[in-house]
Amino acid sequence: MSVELLHRIQFALTVTFHFIFPPLSLGVGLILIIFGIRAVRTKDPKWRQLSTFWVKIYGLIFAMGIATGIVQEFEFGTNWSQYSRFVGNIFGSLLAAEGIFAFMLEGGFLGLMLFGGTRLGNRMWLFATTMVVTGATFSATWIVMANSWMQTPQGFEIRDVGQGPQAFMTSFQDVVFTPSFIPRILHVIAACWMVGSSLVLSVGAYYLLKKRHVELAKTMIRVALPVFTVVALLQVAVFGANQATEVATNQPAKLAAMEGLYQTESCAPMFLLGWTNPDEEKTTGIHIPCLLSFLTDKSFDGTVTGLEATPREDWPNTNLVFQVYHIMINLGMLFIAIGLVACGFWVWKRKIWNQRWLLWILVSSVVLTEIATATGWWTAEFSRQPWIVWQVLKTTDAYSPNVSFGQVVFSIAMFIILYIIVFVVFIRLLDRRIKEGPPPPVDEGDTASLPDSFGEIFRRRSRVSSGGD
Amino acid sequence: MWLQTTWYVLYIAIISGYVILDGFDLGVGMISPFIAHNDHDRRILLNSIGPVWDGNEVWLVLGGGALFAAFPLVYASLFSGFYLAMMLVLLVLIMRTVAIEFRSKRPEAWWRSLWDWTFTISSFGITILLGVALGNVIRGISLDQQGNMNVNLLDLLNPYSITLGLVAVAMLCLHGAIFLTQKAEGALLQRVKNLIPKLLIAFFVLMTVLIVWTLLRSEQFTQNFKDRPWTVVFPVLAFVAIVSAWRFVRRGAYLSAFLASATMIALLLGAVACGMYPAMLHSTTNSAYDLTVQNASAAKETLTVMFVIALIGMPFVLLYTAGVYYFFRGKVELDEESY
Ligand code: HDD
Ligand code: HEM
Ligand code: HEM
Repeated sequence: MSVELLHRIQFALTVTFHFIFPPLSLGVGLILIIFGIRAVRTKDPKWRQLSTFWVKIYGLIFAMGIATGIVQEFEFGTNWSQYSRFVGNIFGSLLAAEGIFAFMLEGGFLGLMLFGGTRLGNRMWLFATTMVVTGATFSATWIVMANSWMQTPQGFEIRDVGQGPQAFMTSFQDVVFTPSFIPRILHVIAACWMVGSSLVLSVGAYYLLKKRHVELAKTMIRVALPVFTVVALLQVAVFGANQATEVATNQPAKLAAMEGLYQTESCAPMFLLGWTNPDEEKTTGIHIPCLLSFLTDKSFDGTVTGLEATPREDWPNTNLVFQVYHIMINLGMLFIAIGLVACGFWVWKRKIWNQRWLLWILVSSVVLTEIATATGWWTAEFSRQPWIVWQVLKTTDAYSPNVSFGQVVFSIAMFIILYIIVFVVFIRLLDRRIKEGPPPPVDEGDTASLPDSFGEIFRRRSRVSSGGD
Repeated sequence: MWLQTTWYVLYIAIISGYVILDGFDLGVGMISPFIAHNDHDRRILLNSIGPVWDGNEVWLVLGGGALFAAFPLVYASLFSGFYLAMMLVLLVLIMRTVAIEFRSKRPEAWWRSLWDWTFTISSFGITILLGVALGNVIRGISLDQQGNMNVNLLDLLNPYSITLGLVAVAMLCLHGAIFLTQKAEGALLQRVKNLIPKLLIAFFVLMTVLIVWTLLRSEQFTQNFKDRPWTVVFPVLAFVAIVSAWRFVRRGAYLSAFLASATMIALLLGAVACGMYPAMLHSTTNSAYDLTVQNASAAKETLTVMFVIALIGMPFVLLYTAGVYYFFRGKVELDEESY
């Protein structure tokens, strides 16, 4: 096994683990904003009760996001030093902007959000929550922008100023708005909302199955189910399709690998399931004729470029890409089915509340959406190989030459052990929190006395004021 | 080029921001076993940093990002060269984050003490590792022409760098204790106040050793201070600041004491920066391989874009940092939402 491969394994492992949490933060955050708006509008204490409950879960998830996120930022330097030297001028500035604009916003307001339940009125609490979620969304935007630049780089030129070739920025605007950025960020945010809303669905469905907190559980589902269903539809019909078109236009070799298409052909089929063998250059499985041509070209006999247009040594691991891609696609279809069936049972005389089989499916939905998101990233990243920056820099030229095999083995082992421990504790605490259930409803009088505007917050005297300042 | 030097100064400012802000919560973590006698005390300590530690840690993230963007060659050489040390930094950072979050989720005593110790040990770990890393940066490392180096963990643990690590521990314990005077009450406050003079003495002794040692071994430092004698104001003012911090504590002006201690930290880092300039990573192999503010920076376009980003972003950052500290000012109160 080469050191290069070890670096890749470590990065894939840590980033995939990190990406379990951001979608939950973004998606649960969206639901929390909805709860907050309802609390302000209706004054019904159940909304505040729901917020209190979900904010606690949010805190746990967020901490995991923070703990695992720092790893990514370090790894560009530790594991990909040649890459960092090459792209620092461009990539570094996007990362730094993320720090200033996004993480600071999240970090600043997180305390107010997590401890706001006993200190802030409804409106101010909603404000703090909205700021944190906005920060998280900004952060997704900047980092996905950086990632999109690696997929479809532009706005730079390569110069050698002594320490080997480096990419220099020629236009910040071009770096920011690379062709794949807008489709990708929409697709990613939609994915995050699906993951978050499916967690709320699972918890709600679990309570219904166990006949606990039934009214609150129904409210959770009433809020989360429409979000889930609408986003699932949009994801497949608009954002996902858009993403595929984008790849077909800008990185045709990647699309060819995802669909196992070797010869350039018109009326190219789209596979639902299958197996592709790059040695025989053949793909077999269940497919719909001409659909790929239609999706990429809006016409059934449009031409789709096959892998033959790419030199053999620049092919990614075709079957791997093919399989993970199709897991995502099929899950995407499944989510539409789940969403529509659940909505159907709801509209149909609210029968959803006692369809135990359906509730069990909803309980599992969060695992499925997490799998779809992970396989989506794997598709995008595996199919980029052997390039780390698409057709500009190869992964072989990107890793740290001075880090030894043994050192990477050590760090991978460290991360595996650490992540297993942390993840097990996380899941058990989450499980406990869910089993404990929401806190008792708060008395409306109590919340009414809390500061609920900027003015009140600043007039608030610190309640105990001993000490000399 | 003035842009490069501006970024160097900004970079030192971000690092100071990190050491000042995360510094006090690391300090609280390190001294907590010595001053907390029961679960209630420990919760007071934890919650004194509860609403802000995450925002504080973001300064480290920002420091990483800014280094990557403004001085990519330094970022690449430093992080890959200190590979194992950096992995250990990540390990303790992760342990510390989860310790804070996990501790109060269950009431059992063994559970709490497990995560309390994790919290304390990882706070020590971060402080020592970062201190030792700074020690090695000041000392110089074996960079080759490509900017690569590979120092294993044992090379990093040389006496000079360990001394710097210990100075960092003493300094941040002191800073954390001074911070706590604003947050603690009663017997706990008394214990914190009793601890401060001891920490002060330890810090003074270690710091003196370090200063003498640095001047003896680093020609760059002595040369720089000879060439620019005015930079002596940094260490001198730092001394004044920490002495006044102690006087503020005695007078009960806790906020002022904290600000004085923070000022001291910024001044000391300023002194290091002046001593190193223009080198950022000094090569012991051949001084022609030094990575300096000039040869390791990003190009003008990037530095300009980044400067604009900083100009737009920083005021907001300072505004809501100040706002949050203001909101959570005063003594700690525990309620059901606290850690
Ligand atoms: C689509 C969103 C997304 C993606 C692709 C990534 N992250 Fe992330 N990251 C977030 C969305 C996010 C977040 C939602 O903003 C988090 C999760 C929870 C949190 O605290 O912020 C976060 C946390 C987080 C933190 C901790 C910030 C803090 O201390 O508050 C760092 C340093 C990073 N991330 C860095 C990265 C890097 C270098 C990535 C690329 C490999 C990356 N993240 C992928
Ligand atoms: C069935 C409809 C879908 C289509 C046609 C589709 C299409 C695509 C394509 C082509 C890519 C690769 C982009 C690249 O290589 O640059 C991708 C990536 C991705 N997909 Fe999907 N997708 C669908 C559904 C989903 C669902 C349901 C989720 C998650 C809930 C999801 C999450 C992701 C993520 C997170 C990525 C990686 C980021 C990116 O490159 O955009 N996708 N998708
Ligand atoms: C959070 C979602 C992401 C996931 C799940 C993900 C997944 C992966 C995977 C599986 C690999 C290994 C590819 C291979 O070995 O074939 C990889 C590589 C890499 N990704 Fe991503 N990625 C994500 C986001 C990002 C982002 C946002 C960036 C940049 C800002 C990024 C930069 C890289 C780099 C530098 C590599 C190493 C080079 C390589 O092996 O291709 N990734 N990622």
